Amino acid sequence: MRRFTAALFLIGLAVLIAGIYQQMSFYGASVNLGQAINSMAPNQVGSANLVTSVVLAYRGLDTLVELSILFTAATAAGMLLHRRKPATKTDPDGGFVLRAGSDLFFPLLVVVGIYIILHGHLTPGGGFQGGVILACAFFVPLLARPGQQLDQRWISLLEGLAGAAFILIGLLAMIDGAAFLTPLLGKGELGSLFSAGSLPVLYTAVGLKVGAELAGLLAHLSAQDALD
Amino acid sequence: MDMTLVLYVGAAGLILIGIGGIVLSRHLVRIIFSIALLESGANLLLLISSYRDGTAAPIMLAQGFPASMADPVPQALVLTAIVIGVGILALALVLALRVQAAYGTLDIRQMRERMEQDIAEEAGIPMLTSSQAPLPVSPDNGDKS
Amino acid sequence: MAWFALIIVIVMLASALAVLLLKDFLSALAAFSVVSLALSVLFVLLRAPDVAMTEAAIGAGLSSLLFALALRKLGLWRSAKDAA
Repeated sequence: MRRFTAALFLIGLAVLIAGIYQQMSFYGASVNLGQAINSMAPNQVGSANLVTSVVLAYRGLDTLVELSILFTAATAAGMLLHRRKPATKTDPDGGFVLRAGSDLFFPLLVVVGIYIILHGHLTPGGGFQGGVILACAFFVPLLARPGQQLDQRWISLLEGLAGAAFILIGLLAMIDGAAFLTPLLGKGELGSLFSAGSLPVLYTAVGLKVGAELAGLLAHLSAQDALD
Repeated sequence: MDMTLVLYVGAAGLILIGIGGIVLSRHLVRIIFSIALLESGANLLLLISSYRDGTAAPIMLAQGFPASMADPVPQALVLTAIVIGVGILALALVLALRVQAAYGTLDIRQMRERMEQDIAEEAGIPMLTSSQAPLPVSPDNGDKS
Repeated sequence: MAWFALIIVIVMLASALAVLLLKDFLSALAAFSVVSLALSVLFVLLRAPDVAMTEAAIGAGLSSLLFALALRKLGLWRSAKDAA
């Protein structure tokens, strides 16, 4: 009986979603906004990656809200986890291959992460992708040496400073009377590393904040007691 | 065969599997898997709206911008949505850890029974049952999908 | 190009079903990583390389890592053969 009602429910849901496809037209009025941004963004913002100009310049406030959502989730998760007591049992230490491999991986991942963050306005990439890679770079050595812990005070400090830097750069634009998070520092030459004004600086702040947050969360989660 | 139709079927299928998993699963971790699948399906659905046939990625190439580019606004929104999804996932998994520490089980039916027992004990009244209540969960059911 | 997208969509939907139907949580985690990988290939086909990179890094990387850590702390990290 339960299987029958479950199948009925899923069939009804599939009919609803198919009905939405009939009604929804994907090539509607929102095309005009995208085409307008495609034609005006290189001259207004000066970044070669148009998605970056949308994320940081045209919809910068959404990025700020996303950073606060991520901060809330990571802080709430950190509050719910137990503190690690030093006398509890830990997993056994990884072998030589794991330790040597993770020590070799660490500088590579840090370089790749910083590269992706800094070139976010030129190639696909940016603060979020590079931040995730940096978080994994700082977490992989913890997998090889389970007793080690990251220093949570430095991580919180870095995260707070990076978030404050993002908001401060946004507020600096208001000094001259422009709107919050207007790009500063001029446009520069399209396609070079020092172009698109304050966008690389904003993405650096975003990358450091996301990286520190996720590394702290992963370290805290891996320091819990396993159940068996 | 239109690529938009194929991808729409994929997104709809993921959303369907996600919602079906949330409604029909009994283990909390499987519900969390289904939430992640539902988010992935919704992101794919949102990104389909940015695609036109014959366009290129909205990134400058060596010889300048391509003639016709895809819409960058849904791409920026989906970027945000994916990162928010991982934040939600982290909080959900930590909550599942604490729920197991508090109730000792991750099966939602046993959890509900123990919650009702706790509430009844706190209030000092016997637990409410009815003649039509479902039979108690037997411990050998394991977890079904 | 539509045929390639069709194959990737079939792989993705089959793996999504496997996430729900597999008893063993370790295998469900592997199927979930396959869903993320197929999704990032679809994002490339939709002309969104930025989003594809984010999905590959976060979905197949960080999300699976979070699940693996949580499964370990919940005591669900055994495959079916170990329990015997």
